[in-house]
Amino acid sequence: MRKLKEFIVEKLILICGLASIFFVALIFLFLLKEGLAVFKTVSLFKFLFGKSWYPISEPAQLGILPLILGSLLITVGAAIISIPIGVGCAIYIAEIAPLKIKETLKAGIELLAAIPSVVLGFIGMVTLVPLVKNLFNLPTGLTALSGSIMLAFMAMPTIVSIAEDALYSVPKTYKEGAFALGATHWQTIWRVMLPAASSGILAAVMLGIGRVIGETMAVMMITGNAAVIPHTILAPVRTLTATIAAEMGEAVVGSEHYFALFAIGIVLFVISFAINVTADSFLHKRQQ
Amino acid sequence: MVKFEIHDLNIWFGSVHAIKHINMEIQSNEILSVIGPANSGKTTFLRMLNRLNDLNQNFKMNGEVRLDNEDIKNIDMELLRKRVGMVFALPLPLPLSIFDNVVYGLRMHGIKNKKVLEERAEESLKEAYLWEEVKDRLSESAFKLSGGQQQRLCIARTLAVEPEVILFDEPCSGLDPISTAKVEDAMVKLKEKYTLVLVTNNVKQAARVGDRTAFFLSGELIELDKTDKIFTAPQDKRTDGYIRGKFG
Amino acid sequence: MKNPYRTQNIAFFFLFLATLLIVVPVGLIIVIIIQKGLPAINWQFLSDIPRQGMRAGGIFPAIVGTVYLVTGAIILALPIGLLAAIYLSEYSKDNLLNRLIKLAIVNLAGVPSVVYGLFGLALFVVFFKFGASILSGSLTLGIMILPVIITTSREALESVPQSFREVSLSLGASKWQTIRHIVLPNAIPGILTGTILGLGRAAGETAPILFTVAAFYLPRLPNSIFDQAMALPYHLYVISTQVPNVAEKIRYGTAFVLLALVLIMNLVAIIIRYKFRKRKKW
Repeated sequence: MRKLKEFIVEKLILICGLASIFFVALIFLFLLKEGLAVFKTVSLFKFLFGKSWYPISEPAQLGILPLILGSLLITVGAAIISIPIGVGCAIYIAEIAPLKIKETLKAGIELLAAIPSVVLGFIGMVTLVPLVKNLFNLPTGLTALSGSIMLAFMAMPTIVSIAEDALYSVPKTYKEGAFALGATHWQTIWRVMLPAASSGILAAVMLGIGRVIGETMAVMMITGNAAVIPHTILAPVRTLTATIAAEMGEAVVGSEHYFALFAIGIVLFVISFAINVTADSFLHKRQQ
Repeated sequence: MVKFEIHDLNIWFGSVHAIKHINMEIQSNEILSVIGPANSGKTTFLRMLNRLNDLNQNFKMNGEVRLDNEDIKNIDMELLRKRVGMVFALPLPLPLSIFDNVVYGLRMHGIKNKKVLEERAEESLKEAYLWEEVKDRLSESAFKLSGGQQQRLCIARTLAVEPEVILFDEPCSGLDPISTAKVEDAMVKLKEKYTLVLVTNNVKQAARVGDRTAFFLSGELIELDKTDKIFTAPQDKRTDGYIRGKFG
Repeated sequence: MKNPYRTQNIAFFFLFLATLLIVVPVGLIIVIIIQKGLPAINWQFLSDIPRQGMRAGGIFPAIVGTVYLVTGAIILALPIGLLAAIYLSEYSKDNLLNRLIKLAIVNLAGVPSVVYGLFGLALFVVFFKFGASILSGSLTLGIMILPVIITTSREALESVPQSFREVSLSLGASKWQTIRHIVLPNAIPGILTGTILGLGRAAGETAPILFTVAAFYLPRLPNSIFDQAMALPYHLYVISTQVPNVAEKIRYGTAFVLLALVLIMNLVAIIIRYKFRKRKKW
């Protein structure tokens, strides 16, 4: 009797263990199911590289290049801001900060990770957007730059915590060896710690970027959402994620527009999959 | 009477050949001491007897081990471990009260009757010479006991499930001489009812309590004989070297 | 020749600056929201339905909606997540399958939240015909927080010393008995921490509920799990961007309630973790 009960429980555990694989597959499957239909009307090439996104005109123009470039521009901007600051902060926390301050800083960064993106978007709207508008004397502050700054900020918790982990797990002997040779603390960090932790830091940066590409609400609220190919970082842009979020409400289930938005979902899924698998392999390399 | 019979036992962990071609017997109601330097395979040998090695993913074994003439592979794992109890190197109380520690095994075997549990707890604690020290504080956390008391609690916990064989894995390595003496006293008394296998790094301890002593080296059984004989007239040069402290 | 100590001082200054650039805005955001949001909070704001096209009244239906969604999400995610964590920590062997599961978890955690929204729409709303409802939204959020719960629970389970397992098994307990009586009770604080973090995450997310549950304006409480509902994060989005002329006080008040809810959950999680670490006996 007990044996039977345990047999059932253990099978249940196995099934739940496999649930993650099942759900990832299920997500991909349903994106494909709804998204692939768009390629009956648009070729993959035209979808990815078409320059106009007018999903409700007749006939609909479903080129997502402006959206890809919008996402890319914001992501590059966010990466330029967040990588040096995030890695710098990670070094400060891992190597320089006194123990008590270290705990406070880590708590502060955990706090940032916890703030809902819609709250950050709201704050961005009322503080950052007017600031950008006035600073550059623009007709609107809803620009790619505002989005980049906000997203850089949102990528920080990921970058800082993973990079700090990577620095922390560099064997102590490396550091002691460098000190024994008379290197200063900074020389040790620069020449020994950073190279030794490089694959972990790379993973941190990649996962931070993954977070940026996938971010939706804050971006939608502060980038202006103009689906045109951006020529400057001070112009409004629209990202892949914001397009889905903003338009799915209006798209009729089973329409071309609906399929196209799912096809964008496939693109996002593939990008995040690629980033996560690569970052994971970097982290794995570090452990060995 | 023969308790354990071991034929051509080999154990590997991955590619490491930890136990090599061991043949031996363990008699009922004896204390068998197993001595040898670090990494000689003595703990692996011990953990094979209650199949605790099976927890290791890389574990592989061949040969035959019989308990009361039945292959241990054919004995239900939980029943085998109930029959062959174990006391670990460090005192390892579970994060429970003293009482709950002692009756943990009984409860896992389905005994729920409070009176039965209380009786078995008292008996076992007495057998482990701990009753007098803890009888008024059974509901306190086991972590509040001293190291020596904790180790005797672990012995009582093993006794509570009424095993036939008790394996001791360097049970005194973390204890002071007085606590060690108490544990050794308990062991000598226990042999009237149980079969004891004692792995120890302390050659003198083996000499004090063992009826027979086995000497392991690099996974091989070098010599097994009456303890007096091993310590006074060993057959093998290596045994002689080890007990005189030449290596290990 | 360059003085290495001067270089060091300059470098450390910049590292400190980088840290300030992150920490100061975090502090500012919280201060601003408290300063401007707290005055908006009163009993009426918390307990009234929104009125005059969300330009007046309270946010009660949004609070209730979020509570329903979060509860539903945890009912799905906790049992599956916990059992999955038990599988990884106690049963899985170091093989390809184990590696695949871990990779799947990493990916599940990395899927953009709006893609979860699409998935929920396609599977629950359209395929299972649950419609835009609390049920669809809860299931979507539940799958989204699964990786949080699996990862934290697994860490909690793995931090229970291996020796406890060996002791229990050596006394003849079965593997499941060992998990049930020794491993789980000692991992509960960690599991609780993960659960609360998952709740906080579910409470704050907007994109996954956009097309699966959220009602733009529904000034009543939901009737059943098949009903639509308002939710705090979506409500904040709506009154910030979709409805003109909403008083600043209402926006900040809503942001304050949402932030307070999420941060309190995180704080509770941190306190549990901290107390547990202090109390640990091994």
